[in-house]
Amino acid sequence: MTRPRSGKSDPAISRLATVNDMTEEILRLESVSKHFPIRSFRRFGEVVHAMDDVSFILGKGEVLALVGESGSGKTTTASVIAQLYPITSGVIRLADPRSPNGFQSVSRKLSGKELLSYRKRVQMIFQDPFGSLNPTHTIEHILSRPYLIHDKVVRENEGEKRKAALKRQLQQLLRSVGLEPPQQFLDKFPHELSGGQRQRVNIARTFSIEPEIVLADEPTSMLDVSIRISIMNMMLAFQEERQMSFLYITHDLAGARYMAQRIVVMYAGMIMEIGTSDEVVQRSAHPYTKLLRSAAPAPEEGLMRKRLITQGDIPSLIHPPSGCRFHPRCPYVMAQCSKTIPPLKEVESGHSIRCFL
Amino acid sequence: MKETLPESILECQDLVAGYELKAGFVRAVDGVSFALKRGEFLGIAGESGCGKTTLAYAVMRLFRDNAKIKSGKILFGGKDITHAPEEEIKKLRWEHISMVFQSAMNALNPVLQIGEQLTDGWLAHKRGEVREAKARALEVLKLVDIPEDRYNAYPHQLSGGMKQRVMIAMALMLQPEVIILDEPTTALDVVVQRTIIEKIQELRKTFRFSVIFITHDLSLLVEISDLLAIMYAGKIVEYGPASEVFYNPVHPYTRGLMASFPTLSGPIVRMGGIEGKPPDLIDPPSGCRFYPRCPDRHDGCDRDTPPLRQVRPGHFAACDGE
Repeated sequence: MTRPRSGKSDPAISRLATVNDMTEEILRLESVSKHFPIRSFRRFGEVVHAMDDVSFILGKGEVLALVGESGSGKTTTASVIAQLYPITSGVIRLADPRSPNGFQSVSRKLSGKELLSYRKRVQMIFQDPFGSLNPTHTIEHILSRPYLIHDKVVRENEGEKRKAALKRQLQQLLRSVGLEPPQQFLDKFPHELSGGQRQRVNIARTFSIEPEIVLADEPTSMLDVSIRISIMNMMLAFQEERQMSFLYITHDLAGARYMAQRIVVMYAGMIMEIGTSDEVVQRSAHPYTKLLRSAAPAPEEGLMRKRLITQGDIPSLIHPPSGCRFHPRCPYVMAQCSKTIPPLKEVESGHSIRCFL
Repeated sequence: MKETLPESILECQDLVAGYELKAGFVRAVDGVSFALKRGEFLGIAGESGCGKTTLAYAVMRLFRDNAKIKSGKILFGGKDITHAPEEEIKKLRWEHISMVFQSAMNALNPVLQIGEQLTDGWLAHKRGEVREAKARALEVLKLVDIPEDRYNAYPHQLSGGMKQRVMIAMALMLQPEVIILDEPTTALDVVVQRTIIEKIQELRKTFRFSVIFITHDLSLLVEISDLLAIMYAGKIVEYGPASEVFYNPVHPYTRGLMASFPTLSGPIVRMGGIEGKPPDLIDPPSGCRFYPRCPDRHDGCDRDTPPLRQVRPGHFAACDGE
């Protein structure tokens, strides 16, 4: 196994910082790796390389898309940022004006008060609208939890009771995600709602405490096609209105372009390409991105497109391929590709790829 | 559609099928007609619950318990099979029409080796001996690019894409004339999806079978189909050559679906999608079923059910607006 390099000297990161200098940065991952140990006697000591040497910057008010196949490590990336698991190595830095050096560094698992204040700022929307709402509680209970836990009940005036204030906030929240009339939804249980409505409740729960960073893990992939776009529009409206920073995870390149200013393409736990949406989609430089681009349906480009075709599946992450992780499937593979991991290099300002080409 | 009668291999005429519930009959497929020619690729698109899977099951006569074909006809090679006895249908399945089921992950028996599952149909149809069955199975595995040594593998030893290809191999075993693919690639990644689709197209050219491809991914379907049928609430609302339907969509629902897929090129415009949700099929709205969600509805839409009318040669739409 290759040890991830120390993040401080990675030139790609510092350049990315300058690209974004018009916007403030809010979150930075520096060479973050996450390895899951395999809990099996026979394979004791082996690990799954879910994430290796992942570095990127999220700007304040930016929507950054993380694109990749299943097993590429995109959900793991969101999960470690959300502090669902501790990271194996590297560091996550969250901008923090109260701290002397301007950011809070996280390299171990947070707990107690620290975790609470972290979660107040960083929230996640989960993929499965059916599995992420507790079926035994009403929507009112589910949505009031974040207000109570994070102490966000705001009374309009002295005379208003806390309970009444919470109720008012909940109704406002439901209206803002398009669930009207709110009272009708407050008394319902998750199973009484459709998939789209449940995902709206999920999004409402995430937005309720107005986090600065929202990690959206394929929030529309389990919804019907006709409602996907309205959920995407709703998230964009929220994001623009409150200037939240969004990490939008998807396997759909077109959806990523629709949502995000910049796109990070991941493959087998590593970043392959990073750049603005148009650079990544229109001028894809990495063979894997080219392949993704060519495989995605795009009838607007004519019905008889020439395509790149490749064989094989995503590699095992227990024994990832040596060198570039994409080399076994790459149509442009060279001798050195199987020997060394290519570094992230810039092809144009702010647009980097992990490839020798 | 009617003029294609003589050469069509599979035909549905005014088919009504669905599920008998306590609350009433769910008309999941309500008056669907289409004709599929030899070697043709028909794409059926629609949201979940629009009846596309029920239609496939009706054609395969895979109805059990409360599922029923109420009226209409299914013709295979000109022969009415709507109420043919089960024995006759058994001979038809796999031999003449085969199906690749949704979620290949669960469609294979986890405790049987794939070789055994592949040869099962061949042996049941008494095509020959075990040795010949194995030879044929290896042949079809090769067609879908699965190495021979996987013949004795169990499903869990294969990746999702490979399992899906095994399902396609199984559908090819007896060289049927029609293969129905029900969301064969929805659970797969785009790159794997594309390889499988290219494979199907290649095999179709070689063996000249017809395909019915069911999915909700309209943008994919437009690229791969000859004919496209858009289903909504149990009815086909638009039908025609794929490029016709894509470049000149007539029905507001088709237009709404098209506005639901972000594009990979061109300017990024905020898209609308379709407001609201599909109707209850036990008690569907009177008139056009789409009118409660339709942006272009006018007086009368809630009264009369618009029939499929020809808007351009071969292109039909069930909407009287323009």
